Amino acid sequence: MAKITVISSGPLSTIQDEGRFGYMNTGFSPNGAMDSYSMRLANILVGNAPGNGVIEMTMIGMTMSFDSTAVIALTGADMQPEINGKLIKMYAACEVHKGDTLSLKAAVSGMRTYFAVAGGFDLSPVMGSMSTNLKCKLGGFCGRKLRAGDELPLRWDISLKIIGERGMIPENTYRSLVTVRVITGPQDDYFTVGGMKTFLTSEYTVSEKSARMGIRLDGDKIENKNGVDIISDGIATGAVQIPASGTPIIMMADRQTTGGYAKIANVISADLKIIAQARPGTKIRFQAVSEKEAVRLKNKEDSKLKALQYRMLYAI
Amino acid sequence: MTNNTCKVRFLSCGDSAVTVEFSKEMSEETNRKIRFLAAKIESDRIKGVLESVPTFCSMTVYFDPLVISRKKLEKRILKIINSYKESSVGKRRVFLIPVCYEGEYAPDMESVCDLTGLPKEEIVKIHTSTDYLIYMLGFLPGFPYLGGMDKRIEAPRLKSPRTVIPEGAVGIGGKQTGIYPLASPGGWRLIGRTPVRVYDPERAEPIVYKAGDYIRFYSINETEFEKIATSAPSVIEVREEG
Repeated sequence: MAKITVISSGPLSTIQDEGRFGYMNTGFSPNGAMDSYSMRLANILVGNAPGNGVIEMTMIGMTMSFDSTAVIALTGADMQPEINGKLIKMYAACEVHKGDTLSLKAAVSGMRTYFAVAGGFDLSPVMGSMSTNLKCKLGGFCGRKLRAGDELPLRWDISLKIIGERGMIPENTYRSLVTVRVITGPQDDYFTVGGMKTFLTSEYTVSEKSARMGIRLDGDKIENKNGVDIISDGIATGAVQIPASGTPIIMMADRQTTGGYAKIANVISADLKIIAQARPGTKIRFQAVSEKEAVRLKNKEDSKLKALQYRMLYAI
Repeated sequence: MTNNTCKVRFLSCGDSAVTVEFSKEMSEETNRKIRFLAAKIESDRIKGVLESVPTFCSMTVYFDPLVISRKKLEKRILKIINSYKESSVGKRRVFLIPVCYEGEYAPDMESVCDLTGLPKEEIVKIHTSTDYLIYMLGFLPGFPYLGGMDKRIEAPRLKSPRTVIPEGAVGIGGKQTGIYPLASPGGWRLIGRTPVRVYDPERAEPIVYKAGDYIRFYSINETEFEKIATSAPSVIEVREEG
């Protein structure tokens, strides 16, 4: 059976897909790709279903070798991928052959790179998903991050002739100052007018302590009225939690399902990819938008992905 | 029969989730309403609703706004809440959890005895004489936030939390008691351990209980612990009532 052998893994490379859904009410985080937009693009570029399992690499990329023909695509942060030492394009389907080595470097900008292979990995989903849950040691590849020597089985060996040339303009220009749109609530009433003003006008910096669980920000403290403890309630992806320290934490893929700190706002779906790619040191400004605007932007992103999928499927 | 003086608040959680707040205080009555809404949302299979998470006083519903608008969803939720009757809540399920309160399984039993001024036998007796309501699951998969622990066995959390608490540990943290479904750091005082696996990813239902169910602990000795741990750790007995 065709397989990929991991030669070096980088600090945090895991198998992720669109997420593990339907178990949040029992306390399971959804997991899944942090930048689900880039994950979907990578899958579409190799002809997979958009939510298929991919490898998510963090900050520094992997080196891997192939033992058969395969079609791969890389999206997200630019890690200057090379095949046998020769630079290849990201955001394009690329054929590799038996004995080829793919090596990636540190991200030039951005934080996370997605690797998809046509046909996908031959790994069994756990609780309906291939995503790695690091805390529970389940899903993905043996429930853990990838390491040197791992052999990832592939479903098919497939050539580019079968799926056709596919490529698009790269969408991985990640800036060092970004604006992230939010909808205020659910506990915006826990903060003073001044606190809300601080949140919406200050510049925050992504902390080194950020992880798949949450993106921590350093910056001005947000003033609350009578504390930030709430009776624990549900958390949505992109929730901006303000703990007692006063600086925001944006809850992401590996977050807890419930929490006891007030949430001042929630990042809109279409901007989660910006947060997922914000490396430590990135400056963030928040901008409040209406729910209508957020839904419009989500619709725009979904339509774009669907159009791209059809365009590539029918080579139009 | 209760009518619906219950007024809920809808709290925005971005474009794809909404929290339905029933009350600002925990109560069994509120929990029954939340349980009713959770069951209805699951059975109605509303198009565009992805999943829901019941918590102490509220419930968060996750949805796809491109399939159902928040306005429409809120209307639907209100309709469900307005159809609530006390009699419409189904059977009460009590999960029976065996706990060994002895020896190495109960590293903090002595300190709980000192703090409460009660002998071990009394603590076990009190801890096993209540059906604890599961208000919600969170923190870890299957970690139950239980209500109804007797005040006499309240004990503060450890000053410095343990870095590893073994799977199945049963502890007391302040006014609460609970089970650690998988190994985790934590600060609760450990008074026992269950050999049954409340969390098993290989089981059809990885977590057997839901918010709104009850847990009842019963005492077993070390021999029984070993027996269950080696023979059938994934089988959990459940009593249905009402």
